[in-house]
This record gives sequence, C-alpha cells and structure tokens, in this order.
Amino acid sequence: MIGVAGGGDSRGRVTVRDVALTFRRADGPLHALDGVSLDVAPGEVVALIGPNGSGKSTLLRVIAGLLAPDRGGVAVDDRPVTRPDPTVGLVFQEPRLLPWRSVAGNVRYPLELAGWSHARREARLEELLALVGLEGAAGVRPSQLSGGMRQRVALARALALQPRVLLLDEPFSALDALTRERLNVELLALWSRTATTGIVVTHSIPEAIFLADRVVVLSARPGRVLADLPVGLPRPRAMSTLDEAVVSPLARAVRAHLEPVAA
Amino acid sequence: MTRVGALTALAAFAVAVVAWKAIVVVGGLPPFILPPPEMVGARLAEAVAEGTITPHLRATIVEVLLGFAAGALVALVIGYGLARSALVERVLSPYLVAAQATPILALAPLFAIWFGPGLESKVLICALIVFFPVAISTMVGVRSVDAGLLELGRSLRATRFQVLTTLEIPAALPNILGGMRVGVTLAVVGAIVGEWAGAREGLGVLVNLARGSLFDIPLMFATLVTIAALGIVLYALVVLVERRLVGVR
Repeated sequence: MIGVAGGGDSRGRVTVRDVALTFRRADGPLHALDGVSLDVAPGEVVALIGPNGSGKSTLLRVIAGLLAPDRGGVAVDDRPVTRPDPTVGLVFQEPRLLPWRSVAGNVRYPLELAGWSHARREARLEELLALVGLEGAAGVRPSQLSGGMRQRVALARALALQPRVLLLDEPFSALDALTRERLNVELLALWSRTATTGIVVTHSIPEAIFLADRVVVLSARPGRVLADLPVGLPRPRAMSTLDEAVVSPLARAVRAHLEPVAA
Repeated sequence: MTRVGALTALAAFAVAVVAWKAIVVVGGLPPFILPPPEMVGARLAEAVAEGTITPHLRATIVEVLLGFAAGALVALVIGYGLARSALVERVLSPYLVAAQATPILALAPLFAIWFGPGLESKVLICALIVFFPVAISTMVGVRSVDAGLLELGRSLRATRFQVLTTLEIPAALPNILGGMRVGVTLAVVGAIVGEWAGAREGLGVLVNLARGSLFDIPLMFATLVTIAALGIVLYALVVLVERRLVGVR
C-alpha cells in the first residue's frame, strides 16, 4: 500500500449544517439549496444523487469552499470551511487539464502551487502516476489522451496533495459506458487503498450504490435531502456488484424517491 | 520549414522575379519607371559593397527593435488591464481606438517636431503602431482563459501571481504572439514613416535620397527590397519564438 491519503482514520470528517444558497440572477433569484445537512464519517463514501438542477454540484462547491452559503456552514474535521482547502481534492465533470502541460506537468501542478521542493515533487509524481496507471504516459500531452485517460490524470492531480476528502462531480459522466465501469472499479480500489473520505455526485443509481456506503437523495430545486439510504453491500466490491445493483431493492428505493421529483 | 516547403517558397520567389522581368520587357518600361530585377540586384550588391545601405539598415533596425520592445511591453500591461478590469476598459478604450484611428502619417511630422530628428521620435512612432495590435490580442487572449481552469486554480489556492504565470500567460500566449506578428511588420512601416518625416539616417531616408537628389531609381528599389526583407526576417523571428513557446498543444 502506498501512502496516498496521508491521514489516519480519524481524519476527513465532513459536516454540512443547514446549508442554504440562492444565486441572484438577472432573471430573478435561483434557490439552489435550502437547508441541507449531511454528516460524512472519516473514510466513508457518500453518493449524492438527484434530478438535474437539484444543487448537487452547488453543494459540492460549498463543501470545497468555492462557494459561500447564505446560511449554515460546512466543516472538515471541525474546522469551518471558508475558502478552498488543499486537504480537499476536487475532480470536475471535465478533466480541466492544462493543455500546454504534459501529463506529468498536470499532475505536478498542485505540488508546484503549494511550493513543494523539486525532489519531493518528483517522488510524489511517480507515486501518483503509478496509482492511476499512467507511468508510461508522463510526457504525453492531454490532447493525445482518450477521455478516460484524461480523467485519470485529473484524479491523480486531485490526490496530489494527499487530501483527506475527495469530492467528485459526475467524474465519469462524459465517458462511454465501458470506460466508465472500468474507472468506477478502479476508483473503488483506489478508495480502499487511500482511506480518503469521498463524496461523489452522480446521475446513475447503480453507480451510486456500487461506489458508496450511503446514497443521499436530493430533491429538485431548491435542493433538500429527501432520503439517506445506507448501502449494505460488503467491500471489496467487484464488477458483478454493479450488475446486481441495477436490480437491488435499494435501487428501487432510491428510484422511488427520485421519480416523483424527476418526472 | 520542411524541405518541400522551402522548395515551394523558392519556386514562388522565382516566379515573382520572372513576372517582374516580363512586365519590364513586355511593357518596354525604362529603368526610371521600373528597373528590371537584375539591375536592382546588381545595384543592391554594389550599395552593400560600397557601404551605402548598411548604416541606414542598422539605424532602421535599432528603431524597429526598440520601438517594438517598448510598444509591446506597455501593450502587454495595458492589455491585461483591459481584460481584467471593466473600469480600465471603459476609461481607456476610446483613447486607444482614437490613437489607432489617427493616421500615423499625420502624427509623424508632429513627433519629429517634438522629439527631433534623432532616434526618439522613430522609436515612439514604432511603439505607438505596435501597441494597438499587441494590446488587443493580449486582452482577447487573457479573456480566453477557460473559466474551468480558473476555478481549478482557485480550488488549489493559487495566488494572483500564480494564476497569472501558470494559467493566464500560457493560455494567452498564442493570441499575444499573433498580435506580435502583426505588430512587428507594422513597426517597420512606423520606422520608415518616421524617417520620412525627418531623420538623418535610416532606410526611409535612403528611399528619399534615391528618389530625390540622387535620382537613382535602381537604388530606391534596392532599398525597398531591403525594407521588405527586414520585415520578412522580423516576422520569421516572431514565428520562431512562437514555435518555441507555444509548440504543439
């Protein structure tokens, strides 16, 4: 096992308390979140699921410190989040790679910004490339990579600063179904090795069940927590778990919460 | 440039020279209207040999390089301000457009009066003419930075300076260098115009001399060829820098 997370079991608790956020737009206020509360234990993986516009991504940005809520607050390990924190890693829907940098340059980017020394940077880079299976692609430009490979680079970059919490905003939604499944399996393996707390936004019920310890269903705008359902499946999970998840009673329960609002 | 590319360019040049010669022969034009290419070539070689052209060329190069450097530098700073501050854009843009719309030909004599026939007036004209394309391309380039990358920078707690050096400059570079390509050729025009308005030396002065007191039309054409060659070389230099800095993305 590689020292990826850098934290013990007691680190990475996320507390969301009664968060409300309204965007003021030219065409009137947009109530994105209205009183969302959520507790994620250290090392736990929570899937956020909900219809379009349920504020899932907004909630993720509040947790990441990129957006300030109008009411309520977020804390990571009892420290209030007021601005972005390097101990929280973020994977966006798009890879968001710097096109003028190589794979290695992109993975190294957070380390450079944080002022790591050259020696430490290079050592960490090797660990990260090995972690996501990109050892051979260090010098390649993002434009030459497939979508799945690009998102792997983004994942390595998010893990660079050894975050206690990893936030993923529909990370594989732009990929084809097979690549997506494979990356989900890898993500799961990664989590088992890093003990990083995870919050993943998804549109897919099987994906949510497959990845998470708990599935949290958000309502349509303004977002509220409709249900908080534990996933009883043991770990490690395999590809077959994904297939079983499709027809599981839990999937039906999640769908039951989603259907009235998504219809 | 590839070998095929170089050969193509050479062939195109040969065609142009032959066409030039054909116009002279078919039109029966006397040398004081259009001297044939070989006469211009011979006059150019002679002028270089007797040292007629070199001091003027050197003077023009100095003016162009200093003017380009000064104009581009100020343009980078102002262009960044235009991109990042709505206030700066609102306050400055009318003056920038006005300065660009005023013909440089009309300003050149004024500059010659204010700053004398020396280097300063020419450098200023070059700087002024380079400024606009570089400032606008900088503004466009900095604005083109992907909002997603800026959010990434924010999530990684990048400082303003880090955002500038790791995101904004690399993203804007292709645009900026495009503006510099235009700017460097315009700088040559600026130098010649400035020299026309009053100077002791420079290729513009030589054109005037060849046309006027010397009445040496082949020399005038030789000077024009030199001016064009200077423009081509400077442009190629910018392209070279661009290849180095931007490369393959």
